[in-house]
Formats: sequence, structure tokens, C-alpha cells
Amino acid sequence: MSGLRCCASAGCLARGSGALMGALETAISRGQLGDQIQLRPVGCLGPCSQGPLLALDPDGDLYAGVDPQDAETLVAALARRLHQSSDQATPLEWAPARGERLDLRAPFFQRQRRIVLEHCGLIDPTDLEQAIAVGAYGQLERVLQGWSPEQVVTELQRSGLRGRGGAGYPTGLKWATVARMPGARKVVVCNADEGDPGAFMDRAVLEGDPHRVLEGMVIAAYAVGADHGFIYIRAEYELAIERLRLAIEQAVDRGRLGAALFGTGFGFTLELRVGAGAYVCGEETALIASIEGKRGTPRPRPPYPAELGVGGRPTLINNVETFANVAPILREGADWFAAIGTAGSSGTKVFSLTGHVRRGGLVEVPMGTSLATVVLDMGEGSPHGSAVKAVQTGGPSGGCVPADRLDTPLDYESLQALGTIMGSGGMVVLDQSTDMVALAAYFMAFCREESCGKCVPCRAGTVQLHGLLKKILAGQASQADLDQLETLGAMVMDTSLCGLGQSAPKPMLSTLRYFRGDYLARLEAP
Amino acid sequence: MPVPSKPESFMALEAIFLRHHRSPDSLIEILHHSQKFYSYLSDDLLRHVAARLQLPLSLVKGTASFYHLFRFQPPARHRCVVCTGTACQIQGAPALIAAMEEGLGLKLGARRGDGWASLSEVRCLGTCSDSPLVQIDDSIGRQQTVAGLRRWLQELEP
Repeated sequence: MSGLRCCASAGCLARGSGALMGALETAISRGQLGDQIQLRPVGCLGPCSQGPLLALDPDGDLYAGVDPQDAETLVAALARRLHQSSDQATPLEWAPARGERLDLRAPFFQRQRRIVLEHCGLIDPTDLEQAIAVGAYGQLERVLQGWSPEQVVTELQRSGLRGRGGAGYPTGLKWATVARMPGARKVVVCNADEGDPGAFMDRAVLEGDPHRVLEGMVIAAYAVGADHGFIYIRAEYELAIERLRLAIEQAVDRGRLGAALFGTGFGFTLELRVGAGAYVCGEETALIASIEGKRGTPRPRPPYPAELGVGGRPTLINNVETFANVAPILREGADWFAAIGTAGSSGTKVFSLTGHVRRGGLVEVPMGTSLATVVLDMGEGSPHGSAVKAVQTGGPSGGCVPADRLDTPLDYESLQALGTIMGSGGMVVLDQSTDMVALAAYFMAFCREESCGKCVPCRAGTVQLHGLLKKILAGQASQADLDQLETLGAMVMDTSLCGLGQSAPKPMLSTLRYFRGDYLARLEAP
Repeated sequence: MPVPSKPESFMALEAIFLRHHRSPDSLIEILHHSQKFYSYLSDDLLRHVAARLQLPLSLVKGTASFYHLFRFQPPARHRCVVCTGTACQIQGAPALIAAMEEGLGLKLGARRGDGWASLSEVRCLGTCSDSPLVQIDDSIGRQQTVAGLRRWLQELEP
């Protein structure tokens, strides 16, 4: 028996993995090998920059750049091996015509620790049975049949899990707060509005292992006492939306969602809400407004969503990756999870590694891994003989880490100290060709466009800051303009209503901090 | 006051209204379906939605116009989109936008009067390993070069 796992995530699909699967299916059925070669579509296999990717079982080999034209020779080679002997240890004598077999001893694979992504790339995300076979909903069943809600909250608190959406708020504390709120009708929301440009972690999780996220949400609902939930996902993620819709239907059919779960009195229903293109809706109060069918404008906090959320009910909001961590924490125990990563940031973090990097894709590493390990070892640095100039983390709410600080460990506090944030996990590598002032202007234009317009510092401030940056780019700015840029930036950060405005100046201020020379070189001679 | 609408039209939406019990908090879901069925949100359509949900037209229009993905005129025959996510931005998106503007004779964000083509940007398509990306109608150009894009634009049907 041989198995072929073909990546059916958006990245590989765009590179033709759909046609590859079709060709493999044809070749397998033509050779009447359907019961000897099992072909299945799976979630992200990792090095997206080398797709379409194909994994071979039981060998565990990973092939990159596989074409539909390779299907015939591959199936023939597999058939030969199946006929020759029952000894599966014989290495397969085959290579894709233009692609290659990847060396799995490379740091890209060896330095990873897959917890969130443990089943991503192994199971067919459209097949609930395969998910159940690797343990999906097993923790939900265990919890419902033997744990009190308080025990679940305590376990989460002890694990040290912090919100993976960017801010890093302790998840267990958030759950405890919502659990304490009075009222029987509480709400659980999954924030899948992954809006940072250059970030695709949540997309990969939802496309590759959607039941993992659903299970985390139902367990959360049990822990805080909620009976209804929403997944708010951005409309641009068509494939993830399709997979989620299917997963929800399957879970309802199999009694994993709905009333009286696993024969208990606990029930939970779930709705999918699709965004309509507004970055600010990733902010939790704006997200709530959008779920309620309104303009996605934030409101001041307190009251926090834990008190006053969707429809005025106490609401728990967590990010996709946070929910995906719940089942393994309960399965292996809080101590196990807390031992991974660093003291203040336990567990792993998924990053999408892109930009000027040789080997890009989706990686999951223990917290505390250094940026250098991820970018230089795993990503193998910048291509075309260029050197890394900086690494951008946290998207429009984050900043740049300069090349000489790449020894910084990836944890919430270390990144904050450098003037950036962990963010949701977007990691864009910038080589020497990158114009840092233009990059700052790019992020400022983004925030200007995405500002909802409710508060003046953000609405007017981002316009002024973008104007000043354009003036510098045009070589028409003076030292006074640069001073004003910094003063105004600090003011927008201090006085904006929500996270969008409060962090809008961050990319600019961080480039000013580390690459001031790039700005000074552009000023008009006094 | 809800504005009267023409109930004989937009019948395709009745099932959607029913499924959501004509509840105001389903407005965005209903706008998504409306755009899917009728390809854009015309004034008549927005009036109809307002009337069926018993919401002021100003609120319906105000909500719809807040979100980037809702269209208020028919989509162009050729929808040309440049991804301006960070990875695309640092790897050539500005040059691709310039090539699009030149090839189509349109500014970013514009649509030609006769409905032949429109040019817009998208924040991030999420497949950054293939940056820079452009999308024309249903085809995606990966690691798109300016020269390749120029040829592509010349081949667009008039």
C-alpha cells in the first residue's frame, strides 16, 4: 500500500496541484491501482515557494515542483515497487522531471515543532472520518464527560497560552472573565479576519484542518457557558470559507455541533459570517459590529466584549490559531505545553515566511526561536546574492527588525522591546534593495485607507503622516517635516480610539529608529 | 421611513430573507447574496433590501459603502487586479500597477466608461510565495513580470 498526499491549499492549487491530482487519479485508475495507491488532497505541506508539493507514504518523502506530466512515471514507479516486493523500505526510484525530492534534514523541516499544524498536511480536510481517526473531537468528548467548566479554564490558565491574534492576552484569563459573567446566553467568536498583508497562517489552518478549530470553539463554549458562536472570516479566503461550511455541516451531522453533544445536556450552534473587505474588522469591537450587520466601526472599551459583546451578550473572542491550540493542550496537559517555548510565551507559533527569502512558506516553531533561525537557517536567507536588511513582523501594526538584531528570540516581550510586535505571524523578509521610507509610506497608505473614520487622530492623522512621508520620498522635505512626522506619529499612537490608529505609526517609527539614515539622505539640503 | 420597493423584482432573494427571518443583523449576509445574484448593488436593489428588512435606506447604503467588496455599478468585462500585500509590494507591485495603468489607459481604482475593464488593488491574496501577483478575471499571474503583463493585456478581448 502506498499513499500520496497532494497539497490542496490555495498556494499549491494556484501552482497547479488541482491538475496534478487529476492526472494522478487518471493514472491510478488506468493502472487499476485504486486499492493499492491511496491519493488524497491535504492541507499545507510547508515550503509553499516550491509547490506543487506531493508527499509519499509510508516513505514520508516530500517532492517539490511536481507537474501533471510527472503523474504517469510516478504511478508506474509505485506500481513497479508494489509488484517487486512487499518490502516498503525500498526507496522509490523516481524524481519529478523538473522538480526534486526535498531533503527533510534541512533546517526548514528540522527546526519546526508542529502542534497547531500537527494534522495539517496529513488528513483530507474535507473528510471528517480522517480527522476523527487522528483524534478530532476526542478532547471535546473527554471534557464533556468528565470535566467541569472550571477545570477546563484552569488547565488553559496553567498552560500559559496567550492570544495568537497579535496582542498576546492570556487566553485562560480571558476565558475565566467570560465564564464569570452572569447570564446563560453567551457567545463564542472565532476571529478569522486575517487581514495583515503577507500573513496566511490562519488560512492554512482553516484550509488544512478545520475541525481542529471547531473543536477548540466548542470546548471554549463549554468552559465559558456559551450556547452560540460565530466564525468571522474574510471574504477573500474563498477556499477556507468553502472548507469551513463543509466542516460545520459534517460536524452537525455527526453530532459534534448542535444540541445535547455526546449525550450531555450541553449544546452549541455555530454560524459562519463572511466579512466584506475591511481591515478594521479584525479589531474585536468592530468585528462585533460587523457580525451584527453594521458598519465595522470600533467603540471605546470598557465595556469589553467579555461583558458586552454580540447582541449585548458576554462574548469570548479568540483567534483561529488560539482555538487550534486548545485540543492538544487538553490532550497532553498544561505542563507539557508550558514546557515548550519560553517562560512568558509558552507553546509554538505559526509564521508565514515570505518576501526576499529563498525558501518561503508556513513554519511552526517553538516560541523563543530566534529570528535568525527562522529567516537565515530555515528560510536560507535572501536570494540572488543579496543580504537581509530587515524582517517585518506584525504587518501594518508592527515594525521592522534590522539585520543586526536577528538574534532576538521570537516571544511577545522581546519583539515589543524592539518596537514591533509578534502580530498574527506574518514575517516578510526585506533584502538590501528595499527602500525603507517607501515601505513606511506603503503601510501608512494602508492605514489611511483602512481607517474607519470614526476618531479624528486616526482619520486625519494618517492622512497627514502619509503626506509627510510622500514629501520625504519626493525629496522635498526638511528637518522640520521629519520632526513633525515623529511628533504627530506619537500623538496618533497615544490618542486614537482603537488598535488600528494606535499602531498605525509603528512601521514608520520603527524604520525611523533603525534606518534613520534612509530618511536623512532624502531631506532637502538646508 | 422605509422606502417602497418593487416586490415583483429581486424575487431570488426571498429565500435568503426568509432564512434570516428578515433580521437586521443579517444585512451584510443579505448584501453578499444580493451582489452574487445580481452582480452589483443597484439603487433599486438597495431600496428593496431596506424595505424588506425594515431599515432606513441611509443605514443600508451607509453599511454597504463601508465595505470594499460591495460594488455599486456592474462589474467590468475585464477585472484587472494587482495584489498590494507586503510581499508583492516589495517585489514589484508598483511597477505592475504602472504597467496596468498604461496598458488599460486607466488609473488605479477606475473603471472604463463603456464597462470594458476596471483596475483595482487587493490587500493580499494570501499566496505570498508567488509574489508579485496579479489577477485578471479568473486567472492569476504568479511571479508576474511587467513584460508578461504587457503581453497579457494586449491579448485581452476588446
